[in-house]
Amino acid sequence: MATPTTTATLDLAARFPGAVSADARPGYKGWIVEKDKLIEVATAIRDEFGYDHLTAVTGVDYLPEGKMEVVYHAFKTTGGPVLTFKVQVPRVDPVEVPSVTSIWPGAEFQEREAWDLLGVKFTNHPDLRRILLWEGFEGHPLRKDWKEAFYEEDAKPFKSRWPEGKHVMAEEKNPFKDNINFPKDFDPEQWVPEGEAALYGALARYQVQEGSLKTDHIVINMGPQHPSTHGVFRAAVTVDGETVVSLKPVMGYLHRNHDKIGERNTFLQNMPFTDRLDYFNSMSNNFGYAVAVEKLMNIQVAERAEYIRVIMAELSRIQNHLVFIGMLGNDLGMMYTPALYAFEERELILDIFEAVSGSRMMCNYYRFGGVVRDLPEGVLEKIKGLVFERLPVKADELDRMLTENEVFVARMKGVKVIDAENAIRYSITGPVLRAAGVPYDIRRADPYSIYDRFDFDIPTRPNGDLMDNYLLRLDEIRQSLRILQQAVKQIPEGPVMTGKPQYQVRVPAGESYGRVESPKGELAFYVVSNGKPNPFRYHVRPPSFVNITALEKMCVGTKIADFIAILGVIDIVLGELDR
Amino acid sequence: MDGKGILKGLGVTAKRFWNTYWEDITWFFSGKKRYFNEDGVKARASKDTKGIFTVQYPEEKLIIPEEFRYVPFLVYDEADGKKEIRCTSCGICAKVCPPQCIWIVRTNDPVTGRPVPQPAEFYIDADICMNCGFCAEYCPFDAIKMDHDFEIASYNRNVFNLDKLMKPASYYESIRPLNATRENEARKAKEAAKAAKAEAA
Amino acid sequence: MDNEQLNSPGYDIPDELKNVVSITTLDRIYNWGRRSSVWPLMFGLACCAIEMIAAQASRYDMARFGMEVMRPTPRQADMMLVSGTVTKKMVPLIVRLYNQMPEPKYVVAMGACASGGGPFKEGYNVVAGIDKFLPVDVYIPGCPPTPQALIAGMIKLQEKIDKESLSKVRWYDKKKEDSVYIPVPVLGPDLMDPRRFAEIKAIAAAKEG
Repeated sequence: MATPTTTATLDLAARFPGAVSADARPGYKGWIVEKDKLIEVATAIRDEFGYDHLTAVTGVDYLPEGKMEVVYHAFKTTGGPVLTFKVQVPRVDPVEVPSVTSIWPGAEFQEREAWDLLGVKFTNHPDLRRILLWEGFEGHPLRKDWKEAFYEEDAKPFKSRWPEGKHVMAEEKNPFKDNINFPKDFDPEQWVPEGEAALYGALARYQVQEGSLKTDHIVINMGPQHPSTHGVFRAAVTVDGETVVSLKPVMGYLHRNHDKIGERNTFLQNMPFTDRLDYFNSMSNNFGYAVAVEKLMNIQVAERAEYIRVIMAELSRIQNHLVFIGMLGNDLGMMYTPALYAFEERELILDIFEAVSGSRMMCNYYRFGGVVRDLPEGVLEKIKGLVFERLPVKADELDRMLTENEVFVARMKGVKVIDAENAIRYSITGPVLRAAGVPYDIRRADPYSIYDRFDFDIPTRPNGDLMDNYLLRLDEIRQSLRILQQAVKQIPEGPVMTGKPQYQVRVPAGESYGRVESPKGELAFYVVSNGKPNPFRYHVRPPSFVNITALEKMCVGTKIADFIAILGVIDIVLGELDR
Repeated sequence: MDGKGILKGLGVTAKRFWNTYWEDITWFFSGKKRYFNEDGVKARASKDTKGIFTVQYPEEKLIIPEEFRYVPFLVYDEADGKKEIRCTSCGICAKVCPPQCIWIVRTNDPVTGRPVPQPAEFYIDADICMNCGFCAEYCPFDAIKMDHDFEIASYNRNVFNLDKLMKPASYYESIRPLNATRENEARKAKEAAKAAKAEAA
Repeated sequence: MDNEQLNSPGYDIPDELKNVVSITTLDRIYNWGRRSSVWPLMFGLACCAIEMIAAQASRYDMARFGMEVMRPTPRQADMMLVSGTVTKKMVPLIVRLYNQMPEPKYVVAMGACASGGGPFKEGYNVVAGIDKFLPVDVYIPGCPPTPQALIAGMIKLQEKIDKESLSKVRWYDKKKEDSVYIPVPVLGPDLMDPRRFAEIKAIAAAKEG
């Protein structure tokens, strides 16, 4: 990555007169870039202004204005606030926008997602295929004029529920009616599925090298039902012997239409849905969404609630990393023992979540302006017991059990995941980025909540191999314990909610990008409100999904068994990857 | 590669293996019951737990925290042998429900045709319900609450109607004593304030 | 299992089989053997899969029910625990996995999503319950069911197995097919169930424009 030669003040409109204008809509920030100048401006943003990390790319379908907008969020890995820039194009097919993958390769999958769900065609994209849905799917579902089979109304609450709520199952009411998208005179028996030709076409072709032995490449499909892919993830891999030659991740097997449902929900109703993104860390997901909406609502969070939030988010990080270590053991063939030990500690942490929120996994604990309820009696003592006595000992125990184990070290050391430069280019965030040596953690780089009050380090590791990724997780567990130890000591008394709890929150029009450091990386929510009770656009920027963009880059040249381990250390969660 | 690290790791597992027996022995000699006993379950869920961690469901069950939530139910008060449902069919739960799994039919007075504060029908589709607890959280009448009973697996799909959903207030008080007391007090205070206001006027 | 238990079947015996004690006893042993070694397919879909793993882990330990052996291949599995949201993109694969499982096989729909679509039912890529395609034996509500609730569901499944009789089960009946093949759905413009092709055709023909 080119280091910024000048630290120019950020006035894109002055730098590119005519091509860039400030976004003047009320509640909006950032710059609107002319479509034809996008590449030029984006190059300058990266090289001149130093925004080396393109974090999120997404689209918004402004149907009433007849525009399709593509939104980019860029950051500096040295820290600082967001730079938002947008491209607006008329909403007439084909909607075309130049791809920025040549500048930030990390945009590849996010652009594919925008193509899949919104139908924005990115010109010069290296591999523009559908990503979450399948080839042959009719239409682009996130467009505002697209309706699904069980469509009822544009916004919740639905009128059929009350006061005349005769129970019907959606599938009986609306099995194959007008909402289904079969073309006129469609004959299913004549239908030839487009299948996987495009996928296999995207894999590298076999070429006999001059003078070498004629061997053959084999295409292996791993998943979606495979014991080591952490869920319904699939990868199509071409191998030469055991070496990975080419690899394409295939996802969408758990695509639950989070964005589309989110646009129909009210702001509050989205909260429990965020639980189901990264289902290991519902507390972090709640946090991210709460931060995004609170930014838009411009409300202050109650002091005690801030501490509770941090405590819960850090506990969540600890249990996530513990399970990560256990599951990594499973992936490497170190069957079950570390995983079982990790799950014991996780159960104890989940007991706390269950006591405060009512559910082990789907906590739904945060509200705009605070949290649902105060810590029940005895819970703080339990947390203290865990963070002061039990968890430090158990982290050391895991350390003692695994870190020096010769077999483990021999397997892990030197298997490169990714280096710092590529990690930044590919928009990787979270532990994988820090294990490559980049000290980028949103809790420090762009502090949210009250993380600026705590004394903790951002651990990094120099090599970016599997071993470093494992060690970094251990470091992070210890740092989280440090934060927790300070937080449980400092937590003040007081209310846990600003204002009265209400189910209809008033959110002013505008956009907001709220991000938190979830245990897997940067989790961000891009919310656009038009002043109505439901968000106009609700987009999740999941860390797993963006981190997986570089999977091919990481795996090519390694052995197929290393692919499993690399996938393991990226620590994907399918609920968040596919949404 | 001299195997020291492996031995160190094996030491950890050996210690834990030893602990499983040692804990049972110490519990046995201290005269306490470790299994099939509430104290034992509590000890196994505490920060000092060592040894066998398993809670042998269904013979013994974990202590369910008060806030635990599963599928919702409707609370009714028992007065003179009659069931007085607290629900007034105001519809807030149906409006706030994120997956929209609550269906309510409001009762209309057969004579005047005006709505009566009581549900005629009430359905919760447990196959859609996401156990988020919003309905209980925002119900102004403390009428819908989250249940603790999780043993409701069945051979059919689960759509709960009014009959199935109704549970007595005494049951609610037994599963959530703290919440119930707090709510009862708040309700009483409210009624007292109302009475005082009526008196003053 | 003592003798008394073995000889008192505790369920209705068809008239023609009454007093044929050895057969009822065989049923008991047969069912006891099967109920105590239900091997699940190692196959997680979504959030519920994590609770499934938790139920396999130290605190709940499904090994106590003989269910700890998760087989990654359908050929060796007895029970498919559909643990999570069934999406349209995934359902052809689930049906194929089910077809590959040998009889006797059971399907347990774990959680709201697998039972009836759950909170994501309204979505365009979500199947409203796996029972649209596979015969489900036990439904476990909850989102997600806690590990204890899952085990309660497993006990329910064991009860169901207990009630089966050697003389009636499909897979030993010469007149019936060994297993029921479920046509694999096709991914078209939307998910298409081969059993409903005629319906789709009629709708498409009636469509305007």
